[in-house]
Amino acid sequence: MNPLRTTGLSVQRWTKVSRAFTGGAGLLVVVLAFFPMFMSANVVQKLTALFILIMIASMWNALAGYGGLVSVGQQAYIGIGAYGTVWFAHHGVPPYPAMFLAIILAGAISVVFSFLLLRLTGGQFSIATWVVAAAFTVIVSLDKGLGAGTGISLIELNQYGPEHRQDYTYWFALGATAVLLIVLFVLLRSRMGSSLQAIRDDEQAAASVGVRVMAGKRVLYIFAAVGFGAAGAMTLANTLFIQPNSIFSVQWTAFAIFMVLVGGLGTFEGPVLGAILLFLIQDWFADLGVWYLIGLGVVAILFALLLPRGLWGTIEERFGLQLMPVGYRVRGLGRSPGADSGPLEEADATEAAAQT
Amino acid sequence: MTYVNAVFQGIILGGFYALLACGLSLIFGVMRIINLAHGSLAVLGAFITWWIVDKTSLSPFLVLIPSLIVMFGVGWALQRGLLERSLRAGILIPLLTTFGLAIVIDNVLLGVFSPDVRSLGGQAGAVTTTSWKVSQQFSISALGILILAVAVAVLGGLSLFLRRTTLGRAMRATAQDSDTAELVGIDSRGVYARAAGIAVATAALAGVFLAIRAVVEPSAGPTQLIFAFEAVVIGGFGSLWGTLVGGLILGVAQTLGAQINPQYANLAGHLVFLAVIAVRSGGILAAREGTA
Repeated sequence: MNPLRTTGLSVQRWTKVSRAFTGGAGLLVVVLAFFPMFMSANVVQKLTALFILIMIASMWNALAGYGGLVSVGQQAYIGIGAYGTVWFAHHGVPPYPAMFLAIILAGAISVVFSFLLLRLTGGQFSIATWVVAAAFTVIVSLDKGLGAGTGISLIELNQYGPEHRQDYTYWFALGATAVLLIVLFVLLRSRMGSSLQAIRDDEQAAASVGVRVMAGKRVLYIFAAVGFGAAGAMTLANTLFIQPNSIFSVQWTAFAIFMVLVGGLGTFEGPVLGAILLFLIQDWFADLGVWYLIGLGVVAILFALLLPRGLWGTIEERFGLQLMPVGYRVRGLGRSPGADSGPLEEADATEAAAQT
Repeated sequence: MTYVNAVFQGIILGGFYALLACGLSLIFGVMRIINLAHGSLAVLGAFITWWIVDKTSLSPFLVLIPSLIVMFGVGWALQRGLLERSLRAGILIPLLTTFGLAIVIDNVLLGVFSPDVRSLGGQAGAVTTTSWKVSQQFSISALGILILAVAVAVLGGLSLFLRRTTLGRAMRATAQDSDTAELVGIDSRGVYARAAGIAVATAALAGVFLAIRAVVEPSAGPTQLIFAFEAVVIGGFGSLWGTLVGGLILGVAQTLGAQINPQYANLAGHLVFLAVIAVRSGGILAAREGTA
């Protein structure tokens, strides 16, 4: 029996707002799927770029916000997703299946590295992920078949007309984003979700109550690598040309940290909000070059220090609002304990018994 | 003989890495923070020195005095302004803020100094051109010896400083337990700020030697951070002499890798680093960061 029932408290996951919003989000994905039919190619390309940012922000948040793993090297998997696509396409796989294979490749490689990197914690994990990304940059730069340092384009995509290509890429990106977010949502609502947040809050305490810390972290690490791989494959499909120094650039991590910190670390909705904000900022200020990047860095630092829960985390806290219910809410805490609240009465009874 | 030469050049390069890494090791040892802006701060120190040398035409070795004082102040301000607040906000926040700082420093340097590479080699005088030829393939450069000597002196000095001086003992006490240290009258805020100042000054010293030995560019920070970190991990966290050994191993790995193909230099270093993580039980490395 539910022990909370007797206290007058109840645990709730869905609220009216969250039901409406989650339904609305599902509907939005369906509506977005029809966009290429009546929107200009420019809009379609820009929205694809937005989906890529959402994938990056949500996956980075899954690692840092739920697993406590601050990676500054996830660009390794962006690069693997992109270069893996080129490699499979050069070996006769049609471009879009090649992207799918490259995403799986990113996941497979992350399994190997998870054994190495997850031995480390905190800042040591951070820089070690960066080393892995740096190593992949060098390896790709040395491979003449992958265009070495000068870069390579996905010429196989030319078999489709420009407008079709753009639409296919858009659908692939939309689908990948939706699938990743749904999996993350289900993952966070499962028993593992609670374990992961326990790991983030206190690893040793979590382990002491029987949470399988390593398994939880590994699932997140591999899942995030798959997501970053998808972002990389989509970046290649959207821009058609990649260079090792830009696709493996640590700037991706800078963007991820900005989106997650501004949106809200450890919230489901925050990174999506952060991605939309970065998307708008890029649209307006990217011409400013280095000063725009300086601005991103400064804003990220200020959010980390002054508003560590980010925009969404603050809204959530202030208004008790949760659009995508990944947590639990306890109802009835405000009420005074009812007359029939069992445990309290029992406590009173024991106390009374002790006094007599 | 080429391999003997490669090993020797690697040892000299390793001295440089040890110098670069000791500040990272010190901040981690005292504050339990991995400063992700460490490499960028080293490059910042090099650019400040380059700028003064460019304006005054003085020797870089003379200009080191004001620029190291400035960088000590930068480290002090960094602790008071950024790290102290970050530490209070939780374990993830220092990583995020120092990474943000690295992005800011790199791009400010890029905006102010343009992406061009700069060198102090020309202004450093005879030390950069003097070398002793032992055989056809093996020569010893005066600059290499100087860098190695400075690295050993700085690491030895730091080690002595931590063991023998009042401030050094206060630093170790604060590192072990800052609350108890406060109980016996240690101003832990002041200790932290000075440790950060020393760490950033040593990073800047390494940055200046990088500019004398080769070149620096605004985007060099992340690579320098990675090298410094590899040296610290290979040698074992928490020991300054370990950092020297780690630096030497990294340096030799890189020069030997370069013997096979110049482009393999960094990759060889990365592989040695990954092998060290793979072989050592994660417990030792992880436990160090978890405890204290």
